[in-house]
Amino acid sequence: MRTIMAMVQGFGAGRRRCLAMATAVLVLAFPLLNSVEAVPQSAGPKPPRTLEETGLYSDFATLQVDQRHLAFSPQYPLWTDGATKRRWISLPPGTAIDGSDPDAWSFPIGTRLWKEFAFGGQRVETRFLERQADGHWLYAAYAWTADGREAQLVSERGRRGAYPLGGGRSHAIPGVSDCKACHQGGRSEVLGFSALQLSPDRDPDAPHAEPRPIPAVDLGYLVENGLLVGLPDTLRETPPRIMAASSAERAALGYLHGNCGHCHNDQGSLQNLGLFLRHSSAGTVPPAIASAVGQPVRKAAPGQSPDAVLRIEPGRPDRSGLMQRIGSRYPALQMPPLGTALVDKEAIALVERWILEADQLRKEAHLQEKGD
Amino acid sequence: MTRARSVLLAAAISASSAVLAQPDARTAQVKRGEYLVTIGLCHDCHTPLAMGPDGPAPDMKRALSGHPQDIAIRAPAKLAEPWVGGFSPTLTAWSGPWGVSFSANLTPDPETGVLRDFTEQQFIQTLRTGRHQGQGREILPPMPWPLIGKMTDEDLKAVFAYLRQIPPVTNKVPDPIPPAN
Repeated sequence: MRTIMAMVQGFGAGRRRCLAMATAVLVLAFPLLNSVEAVPQSAGPKPPRTLEETGLYSDFATLQVDQRHLAFSPQYPLWTDGATKRRWISLPPGTAIDGSDPDAWSFPIGTRLWKEFAFGGQRVETRFLERQADGHWLYAAYAWTADGREAQLVSERGRRGAYPLGGGRSHAIPGVSDCKACHQGGRSEVLGFSALQLSPDRDPDAPHAEPRPIPAVDLGYLVENGLLVGLPDTLRETPPRIMAASSAERAALGYLHGNCGHCHNDQGSLQNLGLFLRHSSAGTVPPAIASAVGQPVRKAAPGQSPDAVLRIEPGRPDRSGLMQRIGSRYPALQMPPLGTALVDKEAIALVERWILEADQLRKEAHLQEKGD
Repeated sequence: MTRARSVLLAAAISASSAVLAQPDARTAQVKRGEYLVTIGLCHDCHTPLAMGPDGPAPDMKRALSGHPQDIAIRAPAKLAEPWVGGFSPTLTAWSGPWGVSFSANLTPDPETGVLRDFTEQQFIQTLRTGRHQGQGREILPPMPWPLIGKMTDEDLKAVFAYLRQIPPVTNKVPDPIPPAN
């Protein structure tokens, strides 16, 4: 501070002006120094004050979930620092999802989804999405009390320090703008309930794969029960599956789809980055391979090693920009940039294995070409 | 004048007005952006101060080009209790609990301007969410995005339009420095 005072005093004739300027900037910075984010208030309807009021449970006292809701599990779940998750969807009676666009399903007005997050057997939060009459989605998160008896609406700014993860890190309940940062990154705001995620051809090597609730809610179940209409026949006959050269590649691409593809896709606002990690039903080459393997890093993130000039360098996970970003939790470098405070070690091992193997696969393909 | 010729003449005048109106609208948008950048205090952090005969003043040769690349800062400020923050003489580097942040180069320099990869939509979303390109890493203090983000879409578009046509300045702003601990 003595340095700053000396600098201010040394300003001579400009002292008063500089002090006013510095004061103004510090006043502007004050909300951020205190982590008070002034997120624009949503103009739409307000979410219910409690989770109970959202209608998830038929009996809140015993936490009996309404049996009309469908429990489901995507085959490539999102990593949230080891949280155990449960998910449900509810469609208004007599309505169905329009699945005619296999990459962006359209959900009927009144659709509700819930996702419960638990750490160490303790419920911490339940997130809620509801499609409104005007087509927009309502976003809300409910924080459970430590005794698990109540879950109250969290402010639009979210809540830091919701559950300790060890090592000075903690789970944060995201604010609404952070929810939208991911959910509005593509054409459909529903992320884990899609053709690939609910394919009956599930990937046995998917990281953190969860057991499917009973009944198994997949494409066949949804179509047979009239809950999904317009699904192209080709997807009924040949369920969606990531076409890959090996099981490790399939699982790695699936992981990137479920954890990165909601922002990094060719439909959303980040499409100009040219990094497409979301699986597409069209095309023969997975978008992640075409846009990441051997492709240059456009702009190195703060903290990224200068020798990581490629997004994925076959055979060199240590020099692959993508690996450096998913392997970091330094805020300026980490990917995903929000929703996680701990590196996903299982996924890192998988993606490393795939990158090492990718070099070998490429060489084999090259030899085959020469042999032909 | 026949009716057909009248229609053609009217169409020609209308078309030329539209052609003329477009640059006018663009000019007005850029002027609006300049005004907002001025009263929004953008220069205070993004244009480095330089010492002149009357004391420190914004160095307009480097207008909005962020922390000068030739002024090296390698560690957060060491501060005695109860102080939590400090800033560089240029008012372009800020030290606090977040480490050290450097104000960004907002000029349209194709190599070093931070907005080179931004679409207009991403610029708006960045200021609405406080995240790089609207979805990425958090923008560090003291960038007052919660206040700037209250601007209307129209005003933010005007700011973006203005920033995209100011003189480019090649200046590679350093990466932020993590907190000392």
